[in-house]
Order: sequence, then structure tokens, then C-alpha cells
Amino acid sequence: MSEETQAPAKKKRKIVLDERLQAYKGVWVFVEHERGHIHPVSLELLGEGRKLADSLGAELAGVVLSAPGDEAKEYCNTAFEYGADLCYLMQNEVLRDYRNDPFTRGLTELVNTYQPEILLLGATTQGRDLAGSVATTLKTGLTADCTGLEIDPENRSLLSTRPTFGGSLLCTIVTLNYRPQMATVRPRVMAMPEQQPGRSGRIIEHPLAMVETDIVTKVLEFIADDTRDKPQLPFADIIVAGGRGLGKPENFQLIWDLARVLGAEVGGSRPVVQAGWLELDRQVGQSGKTVRPKLYIAAGISGAIQHRVGMESADCIIAINNDPNAPIFDFAHYGIVGDAMTILPALTEAFRQKLATLKQAG
Amino acid sequence: MSEKFDAIVVGAGPAGNAAAYTLAKAGLSVLQIERGEAPGSKNVQGAILYSDALERIIPDFREDAPLERHIIEQRMWVMDDESYIGTHFRSNDFSKPPHNRYTIIRAKFDKWFSKKVQEAGALVICETTVKELLRDKTGKVIGVETDRTEGKIYADVVVLADGVNSTLARKAGFRPELEPKHVALAVKEIHFLPKETVESRFNIQKGQGVVIEMMGKLTKGMMGTGFLYTNNDSISVGVGVMLSDLMRQKMTPYELLEQTKNHPSIKPLLEGGEMKEYAAHLIPEGGYHAIPQVFGDGWLIAGDSGMFVNAVHREGSNLAMTTGRMAAETIIDLRASGKAMSAANLAEYRRRLDDSFVIKDMKKYKDLPEIFHSNNQFFTTYPELVNRSAYTMLTVDGVDKRSKEKEIFASFREQRSLFGMLGDAFKLWRAFR
Amino acid sequence: MHSVVCIKQVPDSAQIRVHPVTNTIMRQGVPAIINPYDLFALEEALRLKDRFGGKVTVITMGPPQAETALRKALSFGADDAILITDKAFAGADTLATSYALAAALRKLNELTPVDLVFTGKQTIDGDTAQVGPGIAKRLELQLLTYVSRIVELDLDQRTIVVERRAEGGVQVLKSSTPCLITMLEGTNQMRFGTMPDMFRAARYELQQWDRTAAGIDDVTKIGLKGSPTIVSKVFTPTPRAKKAEMITVENGKPADLAVELIARITKSFPTVEKELAKRA
Repeated sequence: MSEETQAPAKKKRKIVLDERLQAYKGVWVFVEHERGHIHPVSLELLGEGRKLADSLGAELAGVVLSAPGDEAKEYCNTAFEYGADLCYLMQNEVLRDYRNDPFTRGLTELVNTYQPEILLLGATTQGRDLAGSVATTLKTGLTADCTGLEIDPENRSLLSTRPTFGGSLLCTIVTLNYRPQMATVRPRVMAMPEQQPGRSGRIIEHPLAMVETDIVTKVLEFIADDTRDKPQLPFADIIVAGGRGLGKPENFQLIWDLARVLGAEVGGSRPVVQAGWLELDRQVGQSGKTVRPKLYIAAGISGAIQHRVGMESADCIIAINNDPNAPIFDFAHYGIVGDAMTILPALTEAFRQKLATLKQAG
Repeated sequence: MSEKFDAIVVGAGPAGNAAAYTLAKAGLSVLQIERGEAPGSKNVQGAILYSDALERIIPDFREDAPLERHIIEQRMWVMDDESYIGTHFRSNDFSKPPHNRYTIIRAKFDKWFSKKVQEAGALVICETTVKELLRDKTGKVIGVETDRTEGKIYADVVVLADGVNSTLARKAGFRPELEPKHVALAVKEIHFLPKETVESRFNIQKGQGVVIEMMGKLTKGMMGTGFLYTNNDSISVGVGVMLSDLMRQKMTPYELLEQTKNHPSIKPLLEGGEMKEYAAHLIPEGGYHAIPQVFGDGWLIAGDSGMFVNAVHREGSNLAMTTGRMAAETIIDLRASGKAMSAANLAEYRRRLDDSFVIKDMKKYKDLPEIFHSNNQFFTTYPELVNRSAYTMLTVDGVDKRSKEKEIFASFREQRSLFGMLGDAFKLWRAFR
Repeated sequence: MHSVVCIKQVPDSAQIRVHPVTNTIMRQGVPAIINPYDLFALEEALRLKDRFGGKVTVITMGPPQAETALRKALSFGADDAILITDKAFAGADTLATSYALAAALRKLNELTPVDLVFTGKQTIDGDTAQVGPGIAKRLELQLLTYVSRIVELDLDQRTIVVERRAEGGVQVLKSSTPCLITMLEGTNQMRFGTMPDMFRAARYELQQWDRTAAGIDDVTKIGLKGSPTIVSKVFTPTPRAKKAEMITVENGKPADLAVELIARITKSFPTVEKELAKRA
């Protein structure tokens, strides 16, 4: 991604892909894991990678770097169930905890050996740490925080779309003359694919010739987060969110009330977080969390692009705003023009009754 | 080890820049302290640049100063709710260089002026607020203290050019608390339009500009005026009213501006424009009577801080630049003759101001604020009557002209009575002579 | 001890808007600021200077106007500032940027050995978080990203212990110096510069290095030429085909609106009905 502003290429650039690089085939997804769990973003990427691989008529591979043991094979099996045709597996004690040096070496060695045309990683702290180092080592192009990935039918290159200019616009970036084409994607931006239990694939094992004494940085400790009471917006199925249109911080209580009845998570737009009405972890939007709930209820939120990109993938979006021209009505599924202060309590009561009805019926 | 300068200028608006530039050019060591992020970030103006005032400071300013359009036409509109009656003056003479007035955009202009100040050798420090004046045992001002640690800085003289809201001048006892009846609150917007549109709408060529000054019902009975200026590819539009009136009417200046923009004669001028800037500011309106003591032992006051604004003619920035320059010149002359920066010596500053158009003009209009303030018929009744008269005379409807004239006179008498009108005429004469 | 902080001047993106009709980006008068994430890096470097003495150098690769960002950094307390500027840098993506900065850092290291290199987590105009890791790789420095706290620094042993934000927890890492640290946001608060700092910043004679001074001889690695990624187009997001279905009821009562809304949702979105049933 150009850091300095650059006029978009007016003509199609000439592809001077080196012969050697033309031989690079296949879509790879880095399978990130921590303490026995695969990070969901890797599964989302396998879903997306599957589509890219199908467009290219190429194979989809998962890449697992881990400590020796059964867990690694588990990770590969999960990758197969989410669409991978094969997995490259690198096992070494030095890969037990994530560290930049061994993981960069391992991944670049795999790339240089097996030569994929596309390499995808989740834009997590681990993914971003690793992607930048790997791209620089391989001297190839890396596009960060993509919201869209597709294949250009004309030349088989990867078109990576991402927000730019503070989220007001989108841009499409290509890496025409270098391989692999690398991209990172934030969690929840892509849909979670369906799991196909029993689906299998082949594992290709490749050693990493490193020992602990080769590595300078040591992990002294891992302090797990206390996740009790911590908001879990990215994976919430119902979210009720409030914006500046609510007027006063006290009015936010109506959001909490509705959320409680629905068993929903509470979110908010950037202005209310900045104003201190809500904690940072509950911010939804381009500079906050991306969410994909089944139901997203937005009250007093105008729907500016910076917020929109964080929640527009929700299955059903309901907007409540007293401004009939609020942009949120352009992409919500249902809208009510009115005062959130009266609508929210009415909605809370109506949902309470609905749930009671469902309980009786069920 | 504290810093010491020949002069410290507080504020980087037109007065401060004029002072700092003049002092630095003469070879004095000058420190200019601005509390905003950058020079001009706390300044708001219509804006019109008066060449004469700037020429006397930077004679060749036209070479690289960011100027919008040179003004060739002045329109003065007396407004009713749906109409206006006005006079236009356009002269080809105004088109001939060197041009006398330009519209400018303050953000760009202040940046340029500050660059000149720095090139002249002054040290400019921003995002720093002067909290207090430092004095010696005799009470003479010997420097300033800022809001940063190790913030005491010394100088032979301090020029206060820190604006209409100068808390510094107030704290130092040089100026009383600002009274609402001595300031106007003005708001303005800049609307962007392609320059061809600006030119065709106002019947001007490339580089030429128009100024519209408005008064009348647009200020809803409050004492104030409106303006509309053509910039290169934008239009500045604004309204200002006496703060005391605004507080009494419980209106917001923004509401006033919205209504002004929607006036049937103004709306088409802004049509299609995109509003990209909104600002509000206080403008000194107290006139001659509100000017405080502007010199003392080790200090001078220039610009809005000294209430140097001629509201009738909308002249503020040129008075700021002129007073800033004169303050600097006074200091330079004293130094040249080895004299101390004492009150007795700095009194020369006030004498020079008295001899100049600055005080002469302000004295001329010294009663105007009071007169207009207690006679709001000038902002309501008369504009209405005058507009209605024009409408009556200009409508051809079969009524004979003599009857129309009679109707007009009758309406005036009804509203103001003969005695009242004579009184109004007298007041106007008093105010303007 | 010598810390170098790489900063970037960016447009204040909070103020950038798009014209709703012409879709042009309105950068009119948008002020340029120091990338906010870089301030956390700079403050951390200044705190180390408070503790251990030594100096802090700030560098940036940018156009001439990036000078104001450097002066701002000096006004917070940095000691030296270098502007790496050259027409050949134009159009650089992150790979080309890290190449140029790494070269400059090598040169800087020759003049005064560098103990720590700091960058912000990412920029608000690029968001890629790639330049820090890129520089570390090229200079073969240990890379410590998302650092929330520097726990320990031993200048004699040349060791450093940091806390690093990872998924689900904090890693406590021990590494060696020189290394490159990208600071997490919110970890500290930038100090209010002292008056002497302001004076120094105003008077500082900025050092400017063109590509030769920065030690770059291979021009194919910088600017547009050295950038594998290309922006092929910029566009506005496509509006959704359908706008929201507005719920209205005759009497306009909120209670009835609510009931109507729920009825419609559950009819059209069985997944939502299922979700509600789960919570009944």
C-alpha cells in the first residue's frame, strides 16, 4: 500500500512477472494458534482462500508452525475441515510460543521451498508482526487490513481492497511483479465458512533447522487476560449499539436495558467511546472492532462510513434515528425515524414479551 | 539560565505580526509567543486586507502574499425580510494596480505573514500561553511567564497583541473586564464554489472581487451587520451582532447566519456552494470610549487587545497592523536614542496614534455605538420603510405617482412621527460628523 | 544511550471528508500532524532518556513540510531531528520506505551508535504496521511489536525485557539491544514540553539528508520503483441496492412500532428468530 499519496494507475501496468515467479502456484493461509486454539480469523481466511483457489484452479493450503506434538495434527485436520486441500507442517520446539525470529524464518523457508502465489494472514498482533517481517525478507508486496479479496481474471493477480483516507474511500491494491502476493485481513471481516466434518487432506512436513540457542528473544512468561466480564463483541450474535444521537451519557442506560433483555453485547460508535460513555473494547468501526452479529440494533448512530465498515456484514441491521436523512438508513435493513429515548424502552418491552412467547411455545 | 530579548510580542495575529516583523527587521532580538497551534489559528476575520496598512510594513507584499481577489465593487444593502435596497459602487480605477483592498483567507494569510516574521529574524513559539507579566520591584514590566515549566522570559519591553479577549491585559490591570456592550459576536462561513461560478455570479473577471455589506432586518432588531465577500473559489458570508443584544434576545449567532443565508437575495449567491469552514469570534465594538490605557512602564498594547476597531467602516485588521507597527517604531526610536522603556517615554506611542487616522477615525465615530445601540429603529423600522417605499414606487399598478409619494410619507410619519424622524436625522448627523 | 524514533507526518484523517456529490477527497486546510501512534513511541524514548541519560533522535522520511512534525517532536524534548527527503522517495510503499529508513539508520548508527529504534504501532493514513517490522528485518534487529511496557533495560548487559500484547494475553519477552520496538497506543501520555525545549525546537537547524546522504545508492529500491504494491484504483463504497424498510404505524406509538418491527424481522430473518429462541 502506498504510504505517500499516489495517483491511481491510469493504464493497466505491464506485467513483467519473472519466469521463476510465474511458477509460483497455490493459495496459502497461515493458521494462527495460541494455547491449543486456532484463531477464528484463520478459519475465516480459509473460507476466503477457498474461493480464491477455486478462481485460480489452484490448491488451498494451511500453514502450521508449532511445537512438536499431537496438537499440530489437530490444527491440520481442522484446516482440512474448513477447506484446505493440504497443510504444510513445521514442528520444532522453538516454535512453541510465538516469536518473530523463528516464525519468520520458518514461514519464509516454506515459501521459498514450495512457492505459493498468494499468502494470507490474519491481521492480529501475531499476524501483523509476522507478515511485515516475512514480506520484507521475501521482498514482496503486502497489503494490510483488506476488506475484500478477489482474483483479476485477466492476469490471475490478487486484487486487495481496503479502506483509505481515514475510511472515507476504498482502494484496490495489486502486487503485479512479485510473489507471493501477501495480504492480511482483520478478524470478522470475512465470513466464517461452514465446517465440513470428516473432510481430509494431505500433510507435507518440513523441518525447521533451528535450535533455541539460535534465537535471541526468549519468552519469560505468558500472562493470560482475565476474560471474565470482558466484552466479546467480535463474536456476539446480537449487539445493541448507541451513538451520539442519544444525547447524554445517562441515556445510554436504555441501550444496556435492551441488551440485557436480549442477552446481547453492548457496542458504540467512536464518538461515544471518545466522550467516555463507553469503554474502548466496545467501539465498533474502522478503528474499533469489526462485528458480524445476526442482529445489530443501532440507536442514535448516524451511520458514517467509519462505523459502517465495522458492522455492515451483520445479518439484520435495525436503525433508530430521529434524522430521516441519516446515512444509516441507506444500508440498514429496517429503520425507525423517531426518538430513541421512547423507542428503545418500547423495543425492550416488546422483545421481553416476544421472548416470553417463544419460551412458552418452546 | 533564562532567556532575554529586546522585545517580546504576545500574540501572532495581524497586530503581533506587524510589531514582531518591524522590530526584527530593525535588528532587535524578538520573541513572539502565540497560544494557538500556529499563528492565526485563534484568529477569525471576514476577511479584507487593506493594502495601505500592510504596504507600510512589507512594501512588496504583493509578490508572494496569498491574496484572493482585489476588490473593484462595494455593495451596501439595507435589508428587509424579502428585499433589500442598496447602493453599489464599482470603479475601473479599483482594477488598476496597485490594488487598495483584497479579500484574503486568514489561515493562508497568517501563515505567510508569520513566515515573513521568522525570515526577518524573530523567534516564534506557538502552543504556549503567557500567563503573567513579570515585574520588578518598581512595578515595571520586565518580561513574561508562560504556562510551560522554566517559563520565565525577560525583555526590555513587552507588546501585548493578544486579542480582544486578552486575559493578560485584564489580569495585569491594564484593561477592565470586557463588557457585552463593547463587543460583537460574529460568525462566518466559507462556501466553496468553482471560480468561474463566482465570477459569473458577481459579474467580475479573474482576480476581481466584490464586497457586500449588509444591515437591516437581518439582525432582527439587534445592532449589527452582515457581510459577503468573494474569494478566489469561495465566498465568505457572516453576521455580527452586539453581544449584549444577543444575550438579551436569547438568540444564537448561528441562527442569525442561517436566516441571512436564506434571504431570497443571498441564497442564490451561495447556491451550489459547499460549506467547508465555520468560525466565530468576538469583535471589539466599544469604539473610542472603550480604548484602555495602551502604554506603561515596559509595555504597550496593540490591535484588538486595545479595542482598536472602527466598526462603522469594518476596519480592524488595518488598525491592528498599524498600531502594531507604530508600537514597534516607538520602541525602535527609543532604543536608537538610548532611552528607557518607561511609561513617560512610551507615551510617544499614544501620541503617534492620536496623530494618525487610527484615533482620528475612532474619535469621529465615538458616539455611534451608543446611538445605534439605543435606537434600534435604524435596524428595523427604517430598513422596512425604505424597502417598502422602493417597492411602492417601483410597482407600476395604475396608482399615480403623487399618491404613491403621499403613501410613502404617511408610512414614515406613522412609524416614526415627524419629530422622531428629525431626531433620527440629528442623531445620525451627530454620529457621523 | 541513543534512541532513535521514526515518525511520520500524516494528514489529520479525522478531518478529511469526502464530497458527497463529486467523491473528491476534501483535504482543504486539513492540518498535518505527527502520526498519533508515534507519540507513544516518542514519549517512551524520552522516558528512557530521563532514566538513563543519553539522547533521542527523531527521523522521518517525507516531503519538506514534514519539517514541522520534526520540530514538534523536538519541542517535546527530542535532541536531534533528521529529515530524509528526496524526490526519488515519492510513491514509496512500505517496502521502499523501510529500505530508505533502514539505510538512514545505518548511517546514523555510524555517527552515534544506536541502542533502540522506536516506531509507532501503525500510521493513521496507511494502517499497515509494516514499516517497523521492515526496518527491523533489514537491520537484523530483534523485533518487539505491540510493546505495552518496557520492564527492564540493562545497557551494560545489552538486554531488555518488555511486555508485549498478544492475543488473549501478554507475553513477557527478553531480548537483546539494539532492537526495534513498536509501541502500543495508550501506554503513556506525551509530556508538555518545557520552555527550553520550545526554544531549542524553534532554533534547531534541521538536518536534511537526501538519498546520497542517507547512504542509498540503489534507486531501484526506493520510491515508486521500489514498491511492489500499486494502488490500482480508489473508489467510494457501492451503496447498498436496497435502503432500509421504514417501519411506521398509524398511531405512531412507540409500543406499536416495536411490535411491528419485531414481527417483520422474525418473518424475514429466521436466523434472528432462532437466535431469540435460544435466549428465551
